[in-house]
Amino acid sequence: MALIRDLAIQATQMTLVLALAPLLTGFIRKLKARLVRRQGPPLLQPYRDLMRLMKKEVVLADNASWLFRVAPYLIFAATWVAAALVPTFATGLLFSWSADLIAIIALLGSARFFLALAAMDVGTSFGGIGSSREMMIATLAEPAMIMIVFSLALLAGSTQLSSVATYMLSPHVGLRVTLGMALVALIMVAIAENSRIPIDNPATHLELTMVHEAMVLEYSGRHLAVIELAASLKLLLYVSLIACLFLPWGLAPAGSGGLALAIGLASYLGKLALAGGLLALFETAIAKMRVFRAPEFLGAALMLGFLGTLLLFVSRGGLR
Amino acid sequence: MSGLDFDFAHLLAGSLVLISFMMLYQDRLTALINVFALQALVLAMSVAWQAYIQAAPHLYVTAVIALVFKALVIPGALHRIIKRLGVHREIETVVGVGPTMLAGIGLVALAMVVMLRVTAAADQLAREDMAFALSVLLLGLLMMVTRRNAVSLIIGFMSLENGLVLAATGAKGMPLVVEISVAFSVLIAFIVVGVFLFRIRERFDTVDVSALDRFREAQK
Repeated sequence: MALIRDLAIQATQMTLVLALAPLLTGFIRKLKARLVRRQGPPLLQPYRDLMRLMKKEVVLADNASWLFRVAPYLIFAATWVAAALVPTFATGLLFSWSADLIAIIALLGSARFFLALAAMDVGTSFGGIGSSREMMIATLAEPAMIMIVFSLALLAGSTQLSSVATYMLSPHVGLRVTLGMALVALIMVAIAENSRIPIDNPATHLELTMVHEAMVLEYSGRHLAVIELAASLKLLLYVSLIACLFLPWGLAPAGSGGLALAIGLASYLGKLALAGGLLALFETAIAKMRVFRAPEFLGAALMLGFLGTLLLFVSRGGLR
Repeated sequence: MSGLDFDFAHLLAGSLVLISFMMLYQDRLTALINVFALQALVLAMSVAWQAYIQAAPHLYVTAVIALVFKALVIPGALHRIIKRLGVHREIETVVGVGPTMLAGIGLVALAMVVMLRVTAAADQLAREDMAFALSVLLLGLLMMVTRRNAVSLIIGFMSLENGLVLAATGAKGMPLVVEISVAFSVLIAFIVVGVFLFRIRERFDTVDVSALDRFREAQK
């Protein structure tokens, strides 16, 4: 009985992230449009876009290989698994033993690998530019992410998300400068990874600046729909990750009843709305950087991660 | 001492190191001076917190000195100096930001390794403070090494002195007289250096210290 209940909760989590991801994207788009006093597309527009793309036929380049056709599904699968592992409304889910920060980074890394390969597959120049830029960003963002994970793991004594969230809820976290640095660095990495504004503009199709859009330029029909959905999922994943690690309040503990789960769900929706609002505000307020300044931005994130880890050794409990 | 007291001291001292990094990152003079003022403000807060948890009222005097001189008077004077020198829009690039940051991280790691080994017997707060103080000091030195503009050199020197103040407050029993005299000698040094700045500019038409090197080469 307990197994069925656990399975049901895990399944809810998996469908929840999938169902909410386009809504979050739509919410941010709507809010950004409203902030510059435009009407903006309706909140459910991403769902409609996905439906429409699903119905359209796929146009493939003549020289597209099997990799080009398989890559969207691989990317989607890896991203979905990663997003489903992050505790959103409850910790201690059935699969939480596998919800490891390093596993999530690896899943996202393989998704990125296939996207870059597929972009270069057809041999257009845009795909090449896009993948080379994406790889440049990734080579800087991934070490920064690893450093953040190191500092969190040193603090919490685990890289498992459920245990880290439980540690964050416990009173002996205290006030730690490392956590602040890790939070800022994680936000910077999240911005870069999701190709949001200072690094890349998600709404542009301007040749000189696009990174993610350049890679998916050759895709159409259901392939494009799947890739877009994976991109929304990735954004949701990073928001959930930040919420789970740094704002774990309201998360239902393992084996809790229906009320705790409902509270967890409500607080999760609140956190998503808050994060979406802040992201829209930030993107409206700031201008895009030149591509060549991205290393400085991510270098700062890496530096913060490094410094956070170093400062941990002179913090309370770290002195030896 | 409760955990939160220590955590707050750690937070403030850690922010000092972080602000030192912000100074290394900043290549505009005006912004650099503002970041320096911010560092002095955090230093004053840190010293005041130490005064509170160590119950040492004379440290409040040090905090006030840091606040008044370093967060208000010196940045104000520096702003006026760079306006009068006409370099307030200048951007300087000597070594890239990336290598400097990496060197800075290395120095912080070095400071921690050294301090934690040396001060094994001291109490926790003093050890942590010493490690941070040495980091701030080394980062100030790094800034003096990597910059070419004489004004940034002054700022590097002043931020080095911030590290000294942090070390002095962490070590219990530093007499007030010493701190006041250090503060005033720094102020006098600042005035002397300010005069020098104008002399250098008069002589070489620039405050870029590489002009001095070129002059020496030419003399040979």
